[in-house]
Amino acid sequence: MSLLELKNLSFTYGVGTAFEKKAVNDVSLTIEKGEFIGIIGHTGSGKSTLVQMLNGLIQPTSGEILLDGENIWKNPKKIRNVRFRVGMVFQYPEYQLFEETVEKDIAFGPKNMGLSQDEISKRVADSAQFVGLKPELLKKSPFELSGGEKRRAAIAGVIAMDPEILILDEPTAGLDPKGRDVLLTQIATYHKIKKNTVLLVSHSMEDISKISDRILVMNKGNMYAFDTVKNIFSKGEDLERIGLQIPQITKIMIGLAKNGYDVSTDVYTVEQALLEIFKLRKGSVYKEK
Amino acid sequence: MMKDITLGQYFPGKSFLHKMDPRMKIILLTCFIVFIFVAKNFYGLAVISSAIFFVLCVSGISPKMYFKSLKAIIFILLVTAGLNLFYGTGEPLWQWKFLAITQSGINTAVFIAVRIIALVLISASLTYTTSPTDLTDALEKLLKPLSIFHVQVHEIAMMMTIALRFIPTLLEETDKIMNAQKARGADFESGNFMARLKALIPILIPLFVSAFRRAFDLAVAMESRCYHGGDGRTRMRVLKYTKYDFTALGISCLVFAGVILCSIYLPPTLRTGM
Repeated sequence: MSLLELKNLSFTYGVGTAFEKKAVNDVSLTIEKGEFIGIIGHTGSGKSTLVQMLNGLIQPTSGEILLDGENIWKNPKKIRNVRFRVGMVFQYPEYQLFEETVEKDIAFGPKNMGLSQDEISKRVADSAQFVGLKPELLKKSPFELSGGEKRRAAIAGVIAMDPEILILDEPTAGLDPKGRDVLLTQIATYHKIKKNTVLLVSHSMEDISKISDRILVMNKGNMYAFDTVKNIFSKGEDLERIGLQIPQITKIMIGLAKNGYDVSTDVYTVEQALLEIFKLRKGSVYKEK
Repeated sequence: MMKDITLGQYFPGKSFLHKMDPRMKIILLTCFIVFIFVAKNFYGLAVISSAIFFVLCVSGISPKMYFKSLKAIIFILLVTAGLNLFYGTGEPLWQWKFLAITQSGINTAVFIAVRIIALVLISASLTYTTSPTDLTDALEKLLKPLSIFHVQVHEIAMMMTIALRFIPTLLEETDKIMNAQKARGADFESGNFMARLKALIPILIPLFVSAFRRAFDLAVAMESRCYHGGDGRTRMRVLKYTKYDFTALGISCLVFAGVILCSIYLPPTLRTGM
């Protein structure tokens, strides 16, 4: 049985008003335990709406979400338990910090779960370590931290609930390139150690191509593709047509192929591209057009 | 949930009312409100009500929206009309212990109800056809004479504009923060009054922090564009009275004259000076 199964999931904003808008349209897919899924799409493609349905923050207009085979809306009173199992880090999560100290803020989620004080302290320390927050920062007020540190503290607040599925909505938005790389590495490490399922929403192909197992491409509320990274990038030109930036290295390879060089176009890291180009040099594979 | 609240409900359009100068609209609205109260009998009320009905017809706004604005006051309407029903004098038509309904009670109740409905509808026609920016612009212009008493008219208008501008932003922000805290298991729906009040802290603190942050950002943005109050500040769109405004003014004056004549020459409906 799959960990998470979406069946014909749809969501429409403002049903019955003049502003009715279909945000997510008939999405069906399954996600297995321990997978790292990248979700990509243009602004307004419905990716944020989709992930907010996964932890029961918004109720689908039609269709259902099965977590471990059970519809999450079967008992609406128990929806809080679903939110503990499916952790959600929003865009710009630093704006949700409110406690006197970073420690207390990270403990907010575990406390709502009703855990013991010992367990809470342990989780706070663990999650702070995962996101690379120094222990001395824990006693400070969250409002004294720098922007990047605030972001980490907020992410730690969700990780501390130890969710089976961790959803991150554009966690790197507004960070500098170095901060972005560090955070992505930390998320990858978290995934490797915890072996939990992670869903990473982004509109940067470069970001998610490196760490995802599979990528879900959303376009105008529809599921455009859901496949392995390699297969997704072999359709690079299709992706560009729906307004998605493919990694620069993939663009170069597509350009080479167009000019008659026999290289594969499903390449998305510099290392892979290097191998492809070396292959070219071994034999003369240049074809007359 | 939060998005259902509509404030500053402006509907863009090209109707006669949309084309009028907001200053004239405010002046005429004030006069209409005064004359709703000047009308002392059903004849006068009929004159002003039909004028208001005419205004609604030329506003280009769907009747649905006007019904919606009435829905908000239905409770007040029923209570006021209901109370007045029993306050009449004369021969009772129906009696139960000390409660008596008389013809004059019914008259008063209907009269008051029509008055309230007329008030709400004519005010709604202004907010539906005038954008908040136009409204504050017009208010600033109209209140300008007060500046000889050292009232900071421009500052007040600017504050109103900014406040209106940020209502939707803050609502959206509240929605976001609520969702983020719900995702961490915050519970706003259960517990006693104190528990619910305490549950608001995780929303209010981030909301205040972000409101101050936005205020600070906005102040810097205004400063860096050399904003220094209203002195010597020119406008991109200068308000100007046009033929629409004079037509509206003319028709309105006729209506007001009609109301005055009805009130003077025809017997009053209400017993007291209400």
